[in-house]
Amino acid sequence: MRFVDEYRDADKARALSARIASLCEPGRAYTFMEVCGGHTHTIYKHGLEDYLPETITLVHGPGCPVCVIPMGRVDDAIHIAERPGVIMTSFGDMMRVPGGQGSFFDSTARGADIRMVYSPLDALKIARREPDRQVVFMAIGFETTTPSTAMTVLRAAAEGVRNFSVFCNHVTIIPAIKAILDSPDLRLDGFIGPGHVSTIIGCRPYEFIAHDYGKPLVVAGFEPLDILQSVYMLLLQLAEGRSEVENQYARVVPWAGNVRALRAVTEVMELRPYFEWRGLGFISHSALRMREKYAAYDAERLFDIPGNRVADPKACQCGEVLKGVLKPWECKVFGTACTPETPIGTCMVSSEGACAAYYNFGRFSRQRVREATR
Amino acid sequence: MTETRATREEQVLERIDRARQRKARVREEHITMAHGAGGKATQTLIEAVFLDAFRNPLLEPLEDGAVFGAGGARLAFTTDSYVVSPLFFPGGDIGDLAVNGTVNDLAVCGARPLYLSAGFVLEEGFPVEDLRRISASMARAAAAAEVSIVTGDTKVVQRGKADGCYVTTAGVGLVEGDVRLGVAHARPGDAVLVSGPIGEHGVTIMLARGELDIEADVTSDTAPLNGLVAALRAAVGGGVRCLRDATRGGVATILNEIARASGVAVVVEEDAVPVRPAVRGACELLGIDPLYVACEGRMVTVVAGDAAAPALAALRSHPLGEGAAIVGRVQDDPPGLVLLKTAFGGTRIVDVLVGDPLPRIC
Repeated sequence: MRFVDEYRDADKARALSARIASLCEPGRAYTFMEVCGGHTHTIYKHGLEDYLPETITLVHGPGCPVCVIPMGRVDDAIHIAERPGVIMTSFGDMMRVPGGQGSFFDSTARGADIRMVYSPLDALKIARREPDRQVVFMAIGFETTTPSTAMTVLRAAAEGVRNFSVFCNHVTIIPAIKAILDSPDLRLDGFIGPGHVSTIIGCRPYEFIAHDYGKPLVVAGFEPLDILQSVYMLLLQLAEGRSEVENQYARVVPWAGNVRALRAVTEVMELRPYFEWRGLGFISHSALRMREKYAAYDAERLFDIPGNRVADPKACQCGEVLKGVLKPWECKVFGTACTPETPIGTCMVSSEGACAAYYNFGRFSRQRVREATR
Repeated sequence: MTETRATREEQVLERIDRARQRKARVREEHITMAHGAGGKATQTLIEAVFLDAFRNPLLEPLEDGAVFGAGGARLAFTTDSYVVSPLFFPGGDIGDLAVNGTVNDLAVCGARPLYLSAGFVLEEGFPVEDLRRISASMARAAAAAEVSIVTGDTKVVQRGKADGCYVTTAGVGLVEGDVRLGVAHARPGDAVLVSGPIGEHGVTIMLARGELDIEADVTSDTAPLNGLVAALRAAVGGGVRCLRDATRGGVATILNEIARASGVAVVVEEDAVPVRPAVRGACELLGIDPLYVACEGRMVTVVAGDAAAPALAALRSHPLGEGAAIVGRVQDDPPGLVLLKTAFGGTRIVDVLVGDPLPRIC
């Protein structure tokens, strides 16, 4: 298939793998974080670690939209969904995320009308079709999905649709990366930067990572060769003693980002003073809420939400996994009490969650898989 | 350090395995959509509720149908309900799906399908014209599979209490000769085949719902497999270990059942798995793996290693098996797991599906 197979070519991978190995200093271990859950998914789905020397460790970052939603917000959303006359809409990944009162799936089984959509525009379509119901869109995600929420609100306003609102949980990636850089638990040699987020925000916002923290960052695409090449570019920077922001994904990511999309977001939303991240705790200026001007489309203002903080289950170590301090299999409940069918933590829910990716694709020690498939 | 890590990983794997061996328990208070998706939740529900209540030696293997002796003959018996939405889709409708599905469940038990029943649950207000279309399509499918629909039932429920039309079929077939087929019969050295390009029915239905704004030239693969099974058995006879039609949960789920029941490893070459470009493209866009997408006219076959070539030739010589391929092999280690050599050249495991395939959001 064109535009896909080119980026999954095993011969090119072998060539890159050899160059990666030649760049590794003997006796030195390297740890890189892939910030984005999409990268985690690619790494496991294609078995990419088979191409990396044992001395390179990839740790999984916080960039999984579903994984960072705290339990209290899920409860708030369910509270809204179970009000009479409400149709809650959400991306599919959100359906199994556990809150204190169960998940969306449990709520639909109790009788709530919660529908999966593929875009906020689909939610708006439902609102037009069912004018007597209040259609709420559970908005989650990083800068990648924020513009589509903002554009949908602008369209609803332009069309005068009054029965559509957004429960805004959009978060921003930079404060999360900063929190990880400031965390004492982790020693990283560089970052594989989030590709889709960067199509919106561009590459400039990462410059402090290279300049102030001295860590190289390569914005990467989502095909396996993209990620391998990014690892190569990171190693090359380290070998040459550089620390820069580089763009491996230039076929999609403009250096300056998408100004029009950013403008739409700024029009509709503003930074919250602080927001709770699952496992990471409260991070200031790390999330967005609807501006006063769009109050009529803000589910947080339209509904009286409980807003209770729900502590993560004690056994759950999603926070450590999200920060890259623990590998998924090092969590005490991984694969036993916490599985994709009965997740305790969010990392086990989304296909982009590190634990789900590891459980579904990895799980088996690489050495044994290699021996078994020889 | 590497060795410590490997050892620790092994311990984790053992822990997971132990957790999986535990008796299935349904934790939910209500049925959720995941219970019907054909993955782990469905399995748990069946084991913890139905098997617990009905337990008997014929049911216990949880195969597609039961095989038993009656008056000197060996019979296969199976049933299936159909609730597909939309009722009509490119390549078929609920009618031929209901006939082919039951015919296929009998065929993969090694039986020659003979007679079917048809039960209808109809919603008040459902167009009679649609029911005529569905019935005509069932009649055509039955004729093509050389079976007769010999008994039936009709119920009507109030508007809003069902979604148009549900169909349940059951079927009996005759098992001729000494046939011993089952998911527990795979052995190291066996070959794994699929009978054609996979994932077409599932993708067709997803696109036919019109929620995705994706257009692709895909039609359902719904078809009766009894002719294909007969051709295969004529060619390699006792070399066939196991046949399964890859419906809900797709090829990946079947392979996991085989690995688990036979205590073997199944190693699949991703490159060798036939998937039409339109299906692959749609799956890429939706973030799902074609290995998990339902087929309604494809089967997974395990044959003895030395029967692989004649089995492939026999499948390919039949119109419904033209796209057949050898996709993998059976080996002894690691037992219970399905491993995939990815097209990219890496390796990973292929697990049982959890719930419906969920689309990635970014």
